[in-house]
Amino acid sequence: MTKVLEVKDLELSFHTFAGEVKAIRGVNFDLHKGETLAVVGESGSGKSVTTKSIMRLLPKSSAEYKNGQILFEGKDLTKIPEKDMQKIRGKDISMIFQDPMTSLNPTMTIGRQIMEPILKHQKLNKSQARKQTIELLNLVGIPNAENRYKMYPHQFSGGQRQRIVIAIALACNPKVLIADEPTTALDVTIQAQILELMKDIQKKTDTSIIFITHDLGVVANVADRVAVMYGGRIVEIGTVDEIFYNPQHPYTWGLLSSMPSMDLEDQKLYAIPGTPPDLLNPPKGDAFALRSEYAMKIDMERQPPFFKVSDTHYAATWLLHPQAPQVEPPALIIERMKTFKGSRYYVDQTGGTV
Amino acid sequence: MSDNLIEVRNLKQYFNAGKSTEVRAIDDISFTIKRGETFGLVGESGCGKSTTGRTIIRLYDATAGQVLYNGVDVHAPKSKKENHELNRKMQMIFQDPYASLNPRMKVLDIIAEGLDIHGLVKGKTERKQRVIDLLETVGLNREHAERYPHEFSGGQRQRIGIARALAVDPEFIIADEPISALDVSIQAQVVNLLKELQEEKGLTYLFIAHDLSMVKYISDRIGVMYFGKLVEMAPADELYRNPMHAYTKSLLSAIPLPDPIYERSRVRHPYNPKDHQYGPDEKVEFHEIAPEHFVLCSEKELAEMQATRV
Repeated sequence: MTKVLEVKDLELSFHTFAGEVKAIRGVNFDLHKGETLAVVGESGSGKSVTTKSIMRLLPKSSAEYKNGQILFEGKDLTKIPEKDMQKIRGKDISMIFQDPMTSLNPTMTIGRQIMEPILKHQKLNKSQARKQTIELLNLVGIPNAENRYKMYPHQFSGGQRQRIVIAIALACNPKVLIADEPTTALDVTIQAQILELMKDIQKKTDTSIIFITHDLGVVANVADRVAVMYGGRIVEIGTVDEIFYNPQHPYTWGLLSSMPSMDLEDQKLYAIPGTPPDLLNPPKGDAFALRSEYAMKIDMERQPPFFKVSDTHYAATWLLHPQAPQVEPPALIIERMKTFKGSRYYVDQTGGTV
Repeated sequence: MSDNLIEVRNLKQYFNAGKSTEVRAIDDISFTIKRGETFGLVGESGCGKSTTGRTIIRLYDATAGQVLYNGVDVHAPKSKKENHELNRKMQMIFQDPYASLNPRMKVLDIIAEGLDIHGLVKGKTERKQRVIDLLETVGLNREHAERYPHEFSGGQRQRIGIARALAVDPEFIIADEPISALDVSIQAQVVNLLKELQEEKGLTYLFIAHDLSMVKYISDRIGVMYFGKLVEMAPADELYRNPMHAYTKSLLSAIPLPDPIYERSRVRHPYNPKDHQYGPDEKVEFHEIAPEHFVLCSEKELAEMQATRV
């Protein structure tokens, strides 16, 4: 598999009046060609900041790249001049934003908005660009594109607006598409349509997608791999099956347990206690330790490194250290692990433990 | 006092009534909400579920029909005092945490606004203490009281909205997509919080949402809306076990579950209203197919559904 994008030891801080907020504290991941990497985590975990730092969309006045590299086609995106970045942004790497109501310009026709990146990045004249715009509108499933091309955002429904935003992002056949909670503002039926559309387009264009969401149902639907973020770091990364059926980090356990399942009877939902860490003064050890019932003494003192679970699956928790005691994950998680080959709770179909 | 806190009778809400642009946002719906229960209302955007909530609390004047709160018609003319009292008992948590908080007010004043209007606290210290208690109930802390809405994330703002609704000790809360903007782990906290508050204070909820898994979890009964009409209404479990209306089935099939293996095989059934093929003289009505389980259908469909029901 070819790597399209590599993020290495990325550290980023915001300078605020209160002090330095360490929003990203050492993030590492690779994005392969044609895959969908889902990034999950709660608000403030740094998932949006990570993607915005790839796009270099953070305010220069307050955001500072402290360390690390973002490698894209041999270039380090944290170092190249803004002029070069402008050639990449919207062309090779493009982005779909969360809120289709606010990410479109209400005073411009949607046709002009879709044409903007085409005219900027491709050597096309207006009529060619117009033709391509209409093709894009057809691709994202806007009916009657020739006429609707001249309409304004308010004349479209929420789902259609998100389709238009996707059309803008796809305008220059990007190699990397970053989708920041693209379906959070939409309802289930429209969400299903948009997800199907994105998967469909990915099949046709072989684009790599970074998909940020907090909806684990959506993750299970779209992702090939999943990165779980907490407190400005990735705490667990693996294939979608590994994360859902063989999770190792207590935070992942908490996330998975807090989803209501459809057959759940009237019991209390599991809610992770406490609040996310304050990144003005990030904790010394494992950032999740204070909210975790599985925390050990070392969690308070030293940040856990990544422990290898399999070739594709890594988790940063001291529980995986050979000297750590064996702990029982929550009952719900054990149920999940029972279905996963290679997990220590795996139950063979015939009934015996392997 | 009857068992029903809210009774909605043949409610209609037409916008631009009589004009060519008439929109029938709510088209003759009836349901009741019992004291202390949670009634979930689901449907896609534009189906009229938010309008229903807003009409119940009289943010809109109804075109026709009645909303009875404790036997009192919400939309009938009332004295200022009666209105005031009713407003305290019914509160709303809004959908959009960005638009529903005044950007020029501190969180302290946003939450305390209801307290001030209804004269529920005496003096500055009590006012502030009450606000801090409320902030802590919803998972924020005391420092947040002195900040402005733009300093919060969407999730935090929604919690401020919840604190504001809780401030005046209401009996009935209309929660209009209160958790759609929140993270999963925070969603669970908020839903648990809403449940706890319900047990503690005997609150009644109208819970409007499109996240069906959460609706199922929090609701006792659920109504499904489609284009201004209630197409199905049943106890939560029954609705998920035995969805009868084609639209409900389509809605249920669209939910992604946190289970990759299931997701790979999930098939979505899109809904097409033309599939019903009602004859010109067929009456489409709300029929009780099982105890407490109502479906909008014709006599012919009813017979078919009853035959297939398990």
